[in-house]
Amino acid sequence: MSVDPLKTVRSWFVTFLEWVGELGLFCVRVARATFSAPWEGREFVRQMDAIGSKSFPLVALAGAATGVVLSLQTRDSLTRFGAEALLPSVIVFSLIKESGPVITALIVSGRVGAGIGAELGSMRVTEQIDAMEVSAVNPYKFLASTRVLACFLMLPLLTLTADASGIFLGWISTTLAHPITFRFFLHSGLQDATMNDFLPATFKTAIFGLIIGLVACFEGMRTQGGTAGVGRSATSSVVLSSLFVILADVILVRIIQVVFPS
Amino acid sequence: MTIAHETTMSDPAPRSAGSEPLVVSGLHKSFGSQKVLNGVDLTADRGQTVVVLGRSGTGKSVLLKLVVGLQQPDSGSIRIHGQEIEGLDMDRLNEIRKKIGFLFQQAALYDSLTVEENVEFPLKRHTTLPDSQRRERARALLASVGMEHDLDKMPSDISGGMQKRVGLARALALDPDILLFDEPTSGLDPITAAEIGELIVKLRKERNMTSVVITHDVHGAKSFADRFVLLREGKVAIDGTFSQLEQSRNPFVVQFLKDAG
Repeated sequence: MSVDPLKTVRSWFVTFLEWVGELGLFCVRVARATFSAPWEGREFVRQMDAIGSKSFPLVALAGAATGVVLSLQTRDSLTRFGAEALLPSVIVFSLIKESGPVITALIVSGRVGAGIGAELGSMRVTEQIDAMEVSAVNPYKFLASTRVLACFLMLPLLTLTADASGIFLGWISTTLAHPITFRFFLHSGLQDATMNDFLPATFKTAIFGLIIGLVACFEGMRTQGGTAGVGRSATSSVVLSSLFVILADVILVRIIQVVFPS
Repeated sequence: MTIAHETTMSDPAPRSAGSEPLVVSGLHKSFGSQKVLNGVDLTADRGQTVVVLGRSGTGKSVLLKLVVGLQQPDSGSIRIHGQEIEGLDMDRLNEIRKKIGFLFQQAALYDSLTVEENVEFPLKRHTTLPDSQRRERARALLASVGMEHDLDKMPSDISGGMQKRVGLARALALDPDILLFDEPTSGLDPITAAEIGELIVKLRKERNMTSVVITHDVHGAKSFADRFVLLREGKVAIDGTFSQLEQSRNPFVVQFLKDAG
């Protein structure tokens, strides 16, 4: 039996449109739930801890590793062009403008996205979300909006952590090759930086957080098919949120360049 | 005796229109091309325990999910205390849900919360009780199902029967007047299953609660059922007392009872 390729493509397209439509409806429900009483303050704080505080060591480590790698990799190149004095600026600018935000978002997407997808997926297949609805508790508020809001608020803070640890370890790596004080390193790195370099790049991660929270909650809450479905939801949460973060970054970088010129 | 309409001949008592806690009529539900419910009628009077029977896949669990608004019917009517639930906005539906307790097949306890916190969960959200009174009420409910010694345990640390007891305590938290049980005794040993049956009887006696119970355990259900409703191919095959089921000449009913042992 031959497969009609046109029919297959049409079927994929329809499935994609359905997915987009469902995601859109989900976002509307979460937005409504977020801005209406009662407030789930305790659950929100719990999610801030689970998403923010518990990601702190991993994000700090990833930021530190990035700082060290930037120092090691760029020193050679800059030395070749006689521009070694620019090393602190290259490390600081790379970290605060791009590496810090994107690495933080991808780390959180992996750790938190998978966690949310699996947790909500498991709750779906074991009927815990149904039980919540039957108890007249809105799961879009209790489960989704608290997690989305926590991701939205914690991503910029985690990015600051990645930036700080990256700059600090970048300095250590640099000073091991050519001794330099931290104060001088910071002064050299930040002398040409403006708030337009720092703030938009840091706060764009709030959008990344929104993407990670929404995609992971959406994938988790629509889980079907038992434990295999939970695994699929965890995977798709990470894959889709990482993909959307990267795509959003491309758009946001261009918008920032236009709206906040250096 | 001919069974003119198996669904009506067996009503144990006349009902006054509009007064019943639960009235389902002409309910249809399909999933894709699969027709699950094909015009189901079901009524439960105050204080009555109605047991819904049927082979696997005949839409028994779907029926309960439609009653609490977890799924939407294709057509038909569901009235809770005279209020049609189809088309209600979420706030009004939630007000009705507060009057209904639901015990899920696998208990569906929140696995990140302790036993006590599970029972406190609806109380925290829908009552203004201070912490101490709320805890007291949760403990009283757990004591009523024999779970007062396991307050701090996590759901994963207790047996299936204990989980169902906690699920029952949680379902009773908001003092509902209708209780829906989705296979409350499935997967349980006969002694624990009998204990759950006794709890259902106790609830009816103490709280005059209306219950709809889905089960495969026909003989176990005799101890607590006022009426049995047998579903076949998405329709009610018979609605009556157990003795009326036994007297039925409907070949499906006869075969079902024979297979049930």
